[in-house]
Amino acid sequence: MISYIIRRTIAALVLLLVVTAVTFGIFFILPKLAGQTADQLAQQYIGKNPTPEDIAAVKANLGLDQPVYVQYWDFVKGIVSGATYDLGPTTVRCDAPCFGYSFKDHIEVWPQLTERLPVTLSLAVGAAVLWLIGGIAAGVVSALKPGSFFDRSAMGVALAGVSLPMFFTGQLALLLFSYKLEIFGRTYVPFTENPSQWANTLFLPWCSLALLYSAIYARLTRSGMLETMSEDFIRTARAKGLRERKVVVRHGLRAALTPLVTVFGMDIGLLLGGAVITETVFSLHGIGEYAVQAITANDLPPILGVTLLAAFFVVFMNLVVDLLYATIDPRVRLS
Amino acid sequence: MTDLSKTGAAVGEPVRAGEPPRAFLEVRDLKVHFPTDDGLVKSVDGLSFQLEKGRTLGIVGESGSGKSVTSLAVMGLHRLGSRGKNVQMSGEIWLDGKELVSASPDEVRRMRGRQMAMIFQDPLSAMHPYYTVGNQIVEAYRVHNKVDKKTARRRAVELLDRVGIPEPNKRVDMYPHEFSGGMRQRAMIAMALVNNPELLIADEPTTALDVTVQAQILDLIRDLQKEFGSAVVIITHDLGVVAEIADDILVMYGGRCVERGPVDKIFYEPSHPYTWGLLGSMPRIDRAQTDRLIPVKGQPPSLINVPTGCAFNPRCPYADVPKGGITRTERPELHEVGGGHFTACHLSQEDRTRIWTEEIAPKL
Amino acid sequence: MSETETGAAAAAVKAAPADDEKPLLKVEGLVKHFPIKKGLLQRQVGAVKAVDGIDFEVRRGETLGVVGESGCGKSTMGRLITRLLEPSGGRIEFDGTDITHLGVGGMRPLRRDVQMIFQDPYGSLNPRHTIGSIVSAPFRLQGVEPEGGVKKEVQRLLELVGLSPEHFNRYPHEFSGGQRQRIGIARALALKPRMVVADEPVSALDVSIQAQVVNLMDDLQDELGLTYVIIAHDLSVVRHVSDRIAVMYLGKIVELADRDSLYASPMHPYTKALMSAVPIPDPKRRTQKSERILLRGDVPSPIAPPSGCRFHTRCWKATEVCRTTEPPLAELRPGQRVACHHPEDFADQQPQDTVLLSVAKEAAELVPDEVSGKPGKPGKPAAAGKAAKAPEETPAKSSTDESQ
Repeated sequence: MISYIIRRTIAALVLLLVVTAVTFGIFFILPKLAGQTADQLAQQYIGKNPTPEDIAAVKANLGLDQPVYVQYWDFVKGIVSGATYDLGPTTVRCDAPCFGYSFKDHIEVWPQLTERLPVTLSLAVGAAVLWLIGGIAAGVVSALKPGSFFDRSAMGVALAGVSLPMFFTGQLALLLFSYKLEIFGRTYVPFTENPSQWANTLFLPWCSLALLYSAIYARLTRSGMLETMSEDFIRTARAKGLRERKVVVRHGLRAALTPLVTVFGMDIGLLLGGAVITETVFSLHGIGEYAVQAITANDLPPILGVTLLAAFFVVFMNLVVDLLYATIDPRVRLS
Repeated sequence: MTDLSKTGAAVGEPVRAGEPPRAFLEVRDLKVHFPTDDGLVKSVDGLSFQLEKGRTLGIVGESGSGKSVTSLAVMGLHRLGSRGKNVQMSGEIWLDGKELVSASPDEVRRMRGRQMAMIFQDPLSAMHPYYTVGNQIVEAYRVHNKVDKKTARRRAVELLDRVGIPEPNKRVDMYPHEFSGGMRQRAMIAMALVNNPELLIADEPTTALDVTVQAQILDLIRDLQKEFGSAVVIITHDLGVVAEIADDILVMYGGRCVERGPVDKIFYEPSHPYTWGLLGSMPRIDRAQTDRLIPVKGQPPSLINVPTGCAFNPRCPYADVPKGGITRTERPELHEVGGGHFTACHLSQEDRTRIWTEEIAPKL
Repeated sequence: MSETETGAAAAAVKAAPADDEKPLLKVEGLVKHFPIKKGLLQRQVGAVKAVDGIDFEVRRGETLGVVGESGCGKSTMGRLITRLLEPSGGRIEFDGTDITHLGVGGMRPLRRDVQMIFQDPYGSLNPRHTIGSIVSAPFRLQGVEPEGGVKKEVQRLLELVGLSPEHFNRYPHEFSGGQRQRIGIARALALKPRMVVADEPVSALDVSIQAQVVNLMDDLQDELGLTYVIIAHDLSVVRHVSDRIAVMYLGKIVELADRDSLYASPMHPYTKALMSAVPIPDPKRRTQKSERILLRGDVPSPIAPPSGCRFHTRCWKATEVCRTTEPPLAELRPGQRVACHHPEDFADQQPQDTVLLSVAKEAAELVPDEVSGKPGKPGKPAAAGKAAKAPEETPAKSSTDESQ
């Protein structure tokens, strides 16, 4: 077990390295494809009307004229031991873990990430609780009475939930409940400051996000449950004379939900890397919004930082999922 | 009751509906129909039989003959779950003086696992993969007995030991996938027997097992029946298995019983052309038979459009022997041909005896 | 090595050239190990020894039946001789050509000569293709244009297997299990193969349908002069269809004999136990329960098969030599090859070794008169008590060097 975790962690680190390398490579090549030279890149980092000497200095100091692997190595080194950026007139110290320095905002990336993470975390976890409860309950009830009125309407709502875009439902909810009825606030308040205010402002984003996901989860639960309830071991459980409720919960649900663990792990992992649309719609200053800003501004270091963080969450959740699997299903051996 | 029980399992005149039962298990005119988009599937269509405690009834038939549906009907199992909502069921099932078709689902549930228990074909899929074998037996015991987990666990170990599982103390905490196929079926049997059921239904209990393991399991079922004195129903497609273990045999075809009677009668004086067909299509390990097998021509009947008249008539080589095309128009009723031996066939006694002795028996 | 063994070996050598023709298929020392890989570096930590050194040949026009319980390697063997799998060792010769390691291209001509029929008539037909396209697939794959056109040939094949030529444009789901198996047979016969390997061809079918298919295969053999290798677990079916029969246990052939000799007097204890376990559709035989040998426990794992004779953990006759030395497959009687130190109804091959293994003594539950009176048996091995430990696999030692 321990050795399994160690091995998986090493594999995860290797994977993260690959992800950063690929991202780094893409953002190294893209400007070149667009026809930008190292000089033009360097120019972006300094103010207006730079002298050719300034440009040359920045280019040399930032290593923009170095081959891609050297630049990548500098980046990785920065994560571990911090980095110092010499911009000619000013010098910026970026402490470890240094995920880069945004020369557009003139700010380090890592503090931005840590500052924004609680917002994204609050959003993701809160929504997850809602969609797990709603989706699984709806799915189970639908599966137990397939073809019933509840089943049809629940699956209809699910279809709508999947097909309606977030920027539509979100905007609508915001307009109705926040601007018009003024039930919910619009400015994020940290949980530590005021929990009720925190929940109040996050309620709409939670619901909008949960609507989408619970639709998916309801469908997954329904099909998983339908399949499980026709398994032989369900017949055995009934043959013992167990009450139907016990058959469903103890024998059916546990087996039906196992595949959901994988999906859930991936979803949470992805959301923690930034719920881009939701954060944008509800103006939450989370990771996703940061990524959108950086991409719009064509600012490489934040993009790299967010990508790495997102990749970390996905890889980490994957590991968690595998460990969970082993505890749920005794047939899975971790070795 | 007492003197009637001597008459054996499959014996008895047809009893009118609603009359009290004369046997421990009595099924009367059982019909189980499933409405589908393609039409009404008549899985079981008018089946009657009786079984006493201490006796073993073998129900033989091919896939789709209704033998498994019958067993699920007795257990009240196919009315559960989403598919059970629109199953149409009629007739009577009497178990130990209690009628089950009209009983409430909860009454039947309380009898299930206690008075009647079932073992299934594939023990790997029939056991829950996430719970230990012991856990699953304990669960079966505690549904019907108010005991603590420790007592139930002791009972589980005791039964695992009884069904011949080595080191039951250790095995009780293992998962089904850690057992071999034969061990799993033993554990399944232990689970079924945990409440000393009076009726044990075994649905193809050895079909998924290797032949040497099959012999072990049949041996075990036979021993346990002697010990517990329960009534046993064995459902199988393998005539070898029923010859080995059953006292009486019921042959099903197209949802109905075509022949039933004591095991010797069915094997040595079978009276229905379908039974002849089964015996003729079966390769025998005990005979150096180099001749061709005599298969039943054609395909099994559709349960939606069951052939009119005798369901077997399109495949029967003797369908034209009775005069006037009666085999195609009139459904033959089950009637006694002697010694608790019943058949549902239009052939006259003379024709039947002649065909059997002259045409069929010499080729088998 | 004892003298009897040498004699038997000599007899085997003599028997070989007695055949008029060379065998159609010759298999020597065939091995297939599926590696088990573990860990970060995927090191090989062991292997499933599915087929572990078997020799046999298939004669022209005969039916060789292969029986054994699940995990004995019979299906793997079938896939090896049709070269759907690459052997790990040994040699396969088809009609004088070494096909052991032929690549896809090299196998192409052979694919016409050797065809396979599978167990599952549902799984082996593509549901989206019409019967016509399924049966004509071999022509397309081989680039063969049959006389009179593909369609005509396919319709002829459908008729040959007892289906109607009008079925050409139908889909598999419109057919019953028996009819699907006929379609599979028609496909296998499209290229006029010389050898057909059938893996459990009838075990998914109902009894009455099973007989139809068995008879069909029988007719086709006569008509087309086919050679069959029929792999099945059902000993009754195998008895009915085969000329010779190979009995497999844990990746080895333990007995290979003519049908009649094998069923009349099986020489390997495993064969005997296997045959005695088959339920006989004759209620009168029930009283003669004494004929039955009940093997205890389960087949050991093919990952770590027992040393010496692989059956020794479950054999009631096993002695020390069975644990240490693997018995060679020797022709003890004409047409009957057996791999056993203490064969049934025959001179003991290791008479000096008389002490029964204690494990084995508990391994089989049998009626005392089965073994009493046999030479060199000290008393009756008591029917094992309930407390008897199931024969767990003996720790896997590398099999000792064979004395041949």
